[in-house]
Amino acid sequence: MATADIHVPGAAAHHEEHHEHEHSQSFVSKYIFSTDHKMIAKQFLITGIFWALIGGFLSILFRLQLGFPDMDLEWLRPLLGGWITPQGKLDPEFYLALVTMHGTIMVFFVLTAGLSGTFSNFLIPLQIGARDMASGFMNMLSYWLFFLSGIIMFISLFLSTGPAGGGWTIYPPLSALPQAISGSGAGMTLWLVAMVFFIASSLLGSINYIATVINMRTKGMSFTRLPLTIWAFFLTAVIGVLSFPVLFAAALLLVFDRSFGTSFYLSEIYIGGEALPNVGGSPVLFQHLFWFLGHPEVYIVLLPALGITSEVVATNSRKPIFGYRAMIGSMMGITVLSFVVWAHHMFVSGMNPFLGSIFMFLTLIIAVPSAVKVFNYLTTLWRGNIVFTPAMLFSIGLVSFFISGGITGIFLGNSALDIQLHDTYFVVAHFHLVMGSASFFGMMAGIYHWFPKMFGRMMDAKLGYLHFWLTFVGVYLVFFPMHYIGIAGFPRRYYSWTNFDAFSDFLDLNTFVSVAAIVTFGSQLIFLFNFFYSMFRGRRTVANPWRSNTLEWTTPIEPGHGNWPGEIPTVYRWPYDYSKPGAKEDFIAQDVPFSHTPESNLDIENEMMEWEKEEGVIAVNESK
Amino acid sequence: MIKIIIAIGVLLVLAIILAIFRVHKLVDVFRGTEKKYVTASNKVNAALFLVFLIVGGIAFFWYSIAEYDRYQIPIASKHGVVTDNLFWVTMWITGAAFLLCNILLFGFSFFYQHKKERSAYFYPDNGKLELLWSVIPAIVLAILVFTGWKAWSDVTSKAPDDAEVIEVMGYQFAWKTRYPGKSNKLGAHDYQLIDAGNPFGIDLKDKNSFDDFSPLEMHLPKGKPVLFKIRARDVLHSVFAPHFRLKMDAVPGMPTRFWFIPEKSTEDMRQETGNPDFDYEIACTEICGRGHFSMRLKVVVDEPEEYEKWKAAQQTWLAQNPEYLEKVPAELREMAKIAAGIQEDEQ
Repeated sequence: MATADIHVPGAAAHHEEHHEHEHSQSFVSKYIFSTDHKMIAKQFLITGIFWALIGGFLSILFRLQLGFPDMDLEWLRPLLGGWITPQGKLDPEFYLALVTMHGTIMVFFVLTAGLSGTFSNFLIPLQIGARDMASGFMNMLSYWLFFLSGIIMFISLFLSTGPAGGGWTIYPPLSALPQAISGSGAGMTLWLVAMVFFIASSLLGSINYIATVINMRTKGMSFTRLPLTIWAFFLTAVIGVLSFPVLFAAALLLVFDRSFGTSFYLSEIYIGGEALPNVGGSPVLFQHLFWFLGHPEVYIVLLPALGITSEVVATNSRKPIFGYRAMIGSMMGITVLSFVVWAHHMFVSGMNPFLGSIFMFLTLIIAVPSAVKVFNYLTTLWRGNIVFTPAMLFSIGLVSFFISGGITGIFLGNSALDIQLHDTYFVVAHFHLVMGSASFFGMMAGIYHWFPKMFGRMMDAKLGYLHFWLTFVGVYLVFFPMHYIGIAGFPRRYYSWTNFDAFSDFLDLNTFVSVAAIVTFGSQLIFLFNFFYSMFRGRRTVANPWRSNTLEWTTPIEPGHGNWPGEIPTVYRWPYDYSKPGAKEDFIAQDVPFSHTPESNLDIENEMMEWEKEEGVIAVNESK
Repeated sequence: MIKIIIAIGVLLVLAIILAIFRVHKLVDVFRGTEKKYVTASNKVNAALFLVFLIVGGIAFFWYSIAEYDRYQIPIASKHGVVTDNLFWVTMWITGAAFLLCNILLFGFSFFYQHKKERSAYFYPDNGKLELLWSVIPAIVLAILVFTGWKAWSDVTSKAPDDAEVIEVMGYQFAWKTRYPGKSNKLGAHDYQLIDAGNPFGIDLKDKNSFDDFSPLEMHLPKGKPVLFKIRARDVLHSVFAPHFRLKMDAVPGMPTRFWFIPEKSTEDMRQETGNPDFDYEIACTEICGRGHFSMRLKVVVDEPEEYEKWKAAQQTWLAQNPEYLEKVPAELREMAKIAAGIQEDEQ
């Protein structure tokens, strides 16, 4: 921990200097090219909300097609122009582009950048007790590369040949050949360029998070005293650093195949009346490379949400999180295992069936740490004294989605069952619950919980309740029926099912799903109103509105550059001392020494109290 | 005009909602609810969780039971029975876990809602419990993995030697099938030889190709093993026959395969489902472009005798496209004519 001792004072001095100049900050350096982690977090958040609206809106467009196949969509012509056919229908290729962009936007721009970008940036320095990120400049660069990536992706939506349309997984040869689908022309080029910037942004962010967590924890903040949010962000960043470069490699080889005549993924193709010269490539190679990122990516979006939930559930149950060490252990287990399960997306891709057996085995192992997490959440609620803040509601919703969606993963991870279920609506239901909705609810929980710290004001709780109930019920009404449609074999990414006798049923359920989706999307407007209204007109908050233990609530209500005006508080205990027997209040903040709480100390803590007296403070690493 | 009225209406509704919101806020401030740590809403939210659990649970059971026949499509292959059994075993086990966990989640939320006089139970850890609920899921999953692995090994094992070999080729946006004919061997193919008349790229230098035939719909013999040799011509496709519980990607440049035993003829299925128009179908389940949703191939399962009759009645591809005889090497041309069943007088 010598490094910590060296770096912390250095960084602190550096930022104190900034603190003095705070008032002279120009608009540009405060709100635009800001290097303050809190402002960058807000930038990520607002951008993420913008993209969530776009991504959600695209899904409403294709749900119209699926739920109301006979509807005349002429009224969308002012918006979509030529993508509405002369018969007033959605163009089938544009339908695929909608599905593709919905997936890309939601997975990368909303749930990776919007979730991790916002809360890793906002919470890491505040909860570990640091003045800012290890590199404020890199942090700024990370946001602006993401912004640039977003601009490029946004432009691709307006191309005359349409945005990328080969699915968010962009499997070649479809994504490599403009002859195969018009979206694989300029739209795909822009997709790849945007993703290159996105990957760079993500890597800059992740490296920064890792460096900050390792080096800049305040005195006494050992790894075993980190809030679970920080553990989650830290492990997420580790996954990102190890997996995103592989996506970059995959994308680069695809660029080579598309533009420079190489044959990494192409072989023996006859298309558009001619045989292409490419021989020897393998489309399955791309799938391996893609899912080597793609599967860890699931945990990149999920772990931060679980971390936020751990914090919110413990705070609002007024109980310590059950099994703190088991929670860390299971997150570490998930982190490691997430790298060795990717081929379960490829059981029927034509890869060697023996490989399928191995990946089935590894995949079902990863269900164990996930189950442990669920049981620990349940036990945390057990005999709690639960306060239903909007954040708490969303966290409970997340746990429910994590259960419901996680369980269908046991079907899909079983290669024998996956034969029938692969690429059907069962898969769509599975990942929208366990990854999409769960992570989205984690993000919402985070926003409601830390809004007071971000803007110094409270969001309206009643509107929050309304938003939660409409969204929670709505999400189940949208995705639960998809299980039935999936068991019946309906393939995903279908513009229409009426060509098949086998899939001619269930229009009723599809209409139902579409209506539910529209209502759920509409109810997000309540959130939008609440968010922006409360930012300017919300009730002013108190210092610690949720009576929470973590360090961010020891800062001023609206922390300035450098977070703490004076010295950074020292940490004496873990973050989950809620409802400790004997304590005066039902929470004891992390910066309260044991010597101040003799009435509630456990035996081992009394020993540490003696030590506190001798040392003045506890060493950074308690094990030394 | 109507649009303007609608717009004004919408604005009015929004204004009313906003007014209600403002009034509501003022009432809250007046009552001091805003400053309270726990408000009356806590009870409402707790109760709603219980309502959600009960209503959701009833809806789940009702729909799953009432509509079983609609979502559980009939099985028509031997391995399909095995995988479907496994599916339902998994469903029962995980369904129990699903119900239990959700009941605990919403039940705890309701029963342990905030009460002023009570304080939460400080319970940070229990190693035995953690161990228990790591080991139990691990054992259950191990059982599921083992049964799944066994089924998977059987399904993906080598096809029996007497299997009927049928080539299925996906292209934008349809399927083509090719049967090996009397030689029981499919002729070689090369993608460079593909043209408008020769969609498979059949290599006519190979003797086995002379008697290959390519029907418009696929016929299969009931009760006999069938081996699909699957390939794609342009982009990825995926052969999906829902009733046979069969799915395998078609990959350009990398042939794949899937073998199975159809257990019910089309006629059997028509009787079982009570639908006189029932037909087996193959669909595409790998996104492949504009027409992805329309790659339908009709499949007919015949009784073995009928199947042989149907096979014997098929005209070979070469006989259908005699102009390709030129591509046959001169020394093999006579042999090709005989194998393809081309009569001299047709020329």
